[in-house]
Amino acid sequence: MTNEELKIKLTELIPSVVFEEGGEWITAFVEGSNWKTIAQQLRSNEGFEFDYLFCLTCIDWKTYLTMVYHLTSTTYRHSLVIKAKLDRNNPELETVSDIWRTAEFNEREAYDLFGVKFLHHPDLRRLLLTDDFNGYPLRKDFEDPINMIKL
Amino acid sequence: MSEQNNIPNELKKSPPLGGDLEGVSFPGEVHPTAGGGILLSKLDEVINWARSNSLWPLVFGTSCCAIEMMSTASAKYDWSRFGFEVARATPRQADVIIIAGTIVNKMAPVLKRLYDQMPDPKYVIAMGACATSGGPFFYNTYSVVKGADHVIPVDVYIAGCPPRPEALLHALITLQEKIKSGATREQIRNGTGK
Repeated sequence: MTNEELKIKLTELIPSVVFEEGGEWITAFVEGSNWKTIAQQLRSNEGFEFDYLFCLTCIDWKTYLTMVYHLTSTTYRHSLVIKAKLDRNNPELETVSDIWRTAEFNEREAYDLFGVKFLHHPDLRRLLLTDDFNGYPLRKDFEDPINMIKL
Repeated sequence: MSEQNNIPNELKKSPPLGGDLEGVSFPGEVHPTAGGGILLSKLDEVINWARSNSLWPLVFGTSCCAIEMMSTASAKYDWSRFGFEVARATPRQADVIIIAGTIVNKMAPVLKRLYDQMPDPKYVIAMGACATSGGPFFYNTYSVVKGADHVIPVDVYIAGCPPRPEALLHALITLQEKIKSGATREQIRNGTGK
């Protein structure tokens, strides 16, 4: 599907969707509370079939967090970016690791570095850092007076 | 006429036994006698000479410097020419560890353990900016050790990001010279070594 066709189909699926202009892929903002059902439909609905989650990112905007999911379809070769705003003090979002298996490790990484809690994740532990690490180092306000030399 | 005068002139000099290069030659001198010669040397110097010309590096690379290190080992630069020969995959058979890359907090205990497992005498080369000081990761980082010498002692440092193979060869030859000199860190620093 072309980007324009995708936009129309997405609006049918999620009436509240907001698109962000600019960039190679179409970018859609969704509500965090709807994300799980939307993800399931994007994965399996006829015409979407986004079967490959190729990037999972978190961004710290200082006042809120944004989760970013890059999806593509190996059948239709179309791609889509989904963004969801999260509360910075209590970032929670449903896991998609049962839809895209790769998200299991990616979500662990986002939890490790940003502290996003993925609800119903099968094994939400730190991935890269040691288990006794304090804090979430990719957050903008992370401080470590012993190891970090501030510039 | 004494027997000494019958010796041909070219034998009266003490030719280097190890080759023509300065520093590569065998430490000692040959006193020619009729039908041969007497070799005079010091055991310490012979041992240092032997050690310096057979340094086996450990297979150890944590980032892009390792690519340059592999290039130095391969055909074009071929560090075997200087006696570095085979890289060993176990620290128990290695003489020198080239820290080729960034050392992060999580890697530091592993590096320490590898160093501890190497048999004496053992040598360390800090290759590139990261291993020397943390380099590009010096400021505002939560994970990088600011120089491998916070973890293990280092003999030779190389600048560069990453250093070219020639720079690594230069560091390896510098290490050979250090071993041959037999001087301690303090002697090198004060310029009182050989």
